[in-house]
Amino acid sequence: MDAIFIQILNGLDKGAAYALIALGLTLAFGTLGIVNFAHGALFMLGAFCAVSMQKLLTISNKVRDTSITFFEAYKEVPYLELWWGDFGTTIIEWSVPISILMAIPVMILVGIAMERGLIRHFYKRTHAEQILVTFGLAIVIQEVVKHFFGANPMPQEIPGFVSGSAPVGTFFGLSDALVYPWWRLIYFLFAASIIGGVFMFLQYTTYGMVVRAGMADRDTVGLLGINIQRRFTIVFALAAVVAGLAGVMYTPILPPDYHMGMEFLVLSFVVVVVGGMGSLPGAVAAGFLLGILESFSSMNEIKSLLPGIDQIIIYLIAVVIILVRPRGLMGRKGVMES
Amino acid sequence: MSDISRRGVLKAGAIAGAAIATPTIFASQAQAFRNDPGSAKSIKLGFNVPQTGPYSEEGADELRAYKLAVKHINGEGDGGMMNTMKPLSLKGNGILGKKVEYVTGDTQTKSDAARASAKRMIEKDGVLMITGGSSSGVAVAVQGLCQEMGTIFMAGLTHSNDTTGKDKKRYGFRHFFNAYMSGAALAPVLEKEYGKDRRAYHLTADYTWGWTQEESIKNATEALGWQTVNTVRTPLKASDFSSYITPVLNSGADVLILNHYGKNMVDSLTQAVQFGLRDKQVNGKNFEIVVPLFSRLMAQGAGKNIQGILGSTNWNWALQDAGSQAFVKSFGAEYGFPPSMAAHTCYVQTLLYADACERSGGFNPVGVIKALEGHEFDGMGNGKTLYRAEDHQCFKDVLVVRGNDNPTSQFDLLKVVQEVPRAQVEYDPKIFGGELGPYEV
Repeated sequence: MDAIFIQILNGLDKGAAYALIALGLTLAFGTLGIVNFAHGALFMLGAFCAVSMQKLLTISNKVRDTSITFFEAYKEVPYLELWWGDFGTTIIEWSVPISILMAIPVMILVGIAMERGLIRHFYKRTHAEQILVTFGLAIVIQEVVKHFFGANPMPQEIPGFVSGSAPVGTFFGLSDALVYPWWRLIYFLFAASIIGGVFMFLQYTTYGMVVRAGMADRDTVGLLGINIQRRFTIVFALAAVVAGLAGVMYTPILPPDYHMGMEFLVLSFVVVVVGGMGSLPGAVAAGFLLGILESFSSMNEIKSLLPGIDQIIIYLIAVVIILVRPRGLMGRKGVMES
Repeated sequence: MSDISRRGVLKAGAIAGAAIATPTIFASQAQAFRNDPGSAKSIKLGFNVPQTGPYSEEGADELRAYKLAVKHINGEGDGGMMNTMKPLSLKGNGILGKKVEYVTGDTQTKSDAARASAKRMIEKDGVLMITGGSSSGVAVAVQGLCQEMGTIFMAGLTHSNDTTGKDKKRYGFRHFFNAYMSGAALAPVLEKEYGKDRRAYHLTADYTWGWTQEESIKNATEALGWQTVNTVRTPLKASDFSSYITPVLNSGADVLILNHYGKNMVDSLTQAVQFGLRDKQVNGKNFEIVVPLFSRLMAQGAGKNIQGILGSTNWNWALQDAGSQAFVKSFGAEYGFPPSMAAHTCYVQTLLYADACERSGGFNPVGVIKALEGHEFDGMGNGKTLYRAEDHQCFKDVLVVRGNDNPTSQFDLLKVVQEVPRAQVEYDPKIFGGELGPYEV
């Protein structure tokens, strides 16, 4: 029972990351009809907002490191620690949550620049051409990040009071030994609130209603005198923010490097296809479903029966879904079925 | 029949006898070989390192070391380890009076890409030697190519037993230590620190290096009396190890051994610490994590999570011997930070190749191979070192290190716990099988 419970938690936090990225992908596809292979790069850029914030907060005074005598080396002491002591150290510890404040405007700007500067020129092209250009863009973004930050993973701190593990076994009346990292629980709750926020925005605001109308019938909304294109640009920026925030909050779990977006991109596309192209609830549901299935397939008991299943489970499910229900679990009838 | 006289047979026999009696080293130097520089004033070496991909940071450090080695061989800079290397035939005027130049290739940490760039450097650029790399899969692949092409390969960072075991080649040489040596060096320290009654759980990267390291560490710890609870293979591309770590919590294991390197290790260790493994008490003992192969670049990536964790390493910049200090001084003055162990092994390999050419009196690979086989040297870090003739593996002292709890500088991430003497990590070359293959190809 303990093992099953812990794998469900694992699946939920892994699924939360898939769902957040897939949500952004689906927003872009549902509104602009664009297959954005640079979406993983947006996740990575979000993560590097956290890295940049950490670098900003740890701008240091360089003093000669006398412990190294062979050559001239310098020790770096952050100004925040020099000025404010322990309080400065605490601020540095909180760099990941603080970087959310930076990531939102940065990702909005990146989203708008990407859509206005490049992607809009490819609306009327085939999906294959869209994939090629956005994939190329992803590689360019990766290399730029690598140029400035190097190729090594860059660890990010977790604020001290949530750095340990939560006694989830005690919470749920299971074994006392059952623990789960606080930050992963926070990530899951954070993802759930972002997903909830996006749905409420689309469901309960006039702006969201117009966007949904545009997704259903763009021409008719245009004929009503609404500049639907501008709204779609804003939605693309929103998708970038969602991906960016997913990246920011994931950094303490996975030390970011320039390549991290690509690792999530392929899986997230599978999630979108399984959920149904263009279906927001489908993307979220499929994200969590595949996260949980992937987690269970990694259990030693399952792997002893089906060796290697953990590495193919997501693709296996995708193949079955495409064969049985080409439009995906919650896709609209007719989409991807021809 | 009348054409064959007794005198004729005797003459032919004498000529054949004289040819056989001629020392092979002279005979081989006289033979033609690929990319013979002849009377050219310079020669080229091929530095094949990961310039893109997950190990590109390590590749960049290797390249820095190679450039420094070329400088020193050509008589520029402060000479680095050429001031401490013994015996030394190099004179600081290139190799045999020819200036050393180089070309670079990008292995991308992919076997096919690494072979393609090595082939390009040999065929198009005319290099005499290929060196570098940060993966055993790549090293084995490039070494195979170099054997086919008759070009010497001085391996970079490769830790799998296979490189100088079942996949060893006459034209391939490894200065770096291997998984067997890590196990042999670590085991006594593990026994001293954690006792004989332990239950270990292995997470292993699913490729040649991971398999051989798991086997070596498992054998070494079981010989201490430890039990192996489970060995689980993880995909090389994995980044979220949570579903592999959670089963450890209820497995009854009290030690987690991470047979991971590079980004894999940074991710799995970070996540294992987040899952509270290091705060756990199992079987009445503190739960421990062991990372058998450490590097300073990895330690940087893992941050504070590395503190207190035991592992082994080929070399560390804080070593106090004259050779290490000379190298760190040169490297630090050139680049502003100390070299990694990958940089050290690549620098040493270049100097050893150059010195072997000088000693053999030419660039013919057969002569150079013979000069390297069984060569014993000192003054290059890790004490007296032997390039064993039987498998082309270097034998030297191995370092057991611990993630530093109180670093005094940003580079002071690993603390040397013990310098394990060479005798303790030596083994019979037959245990890993393999054949070196012929000198002449």
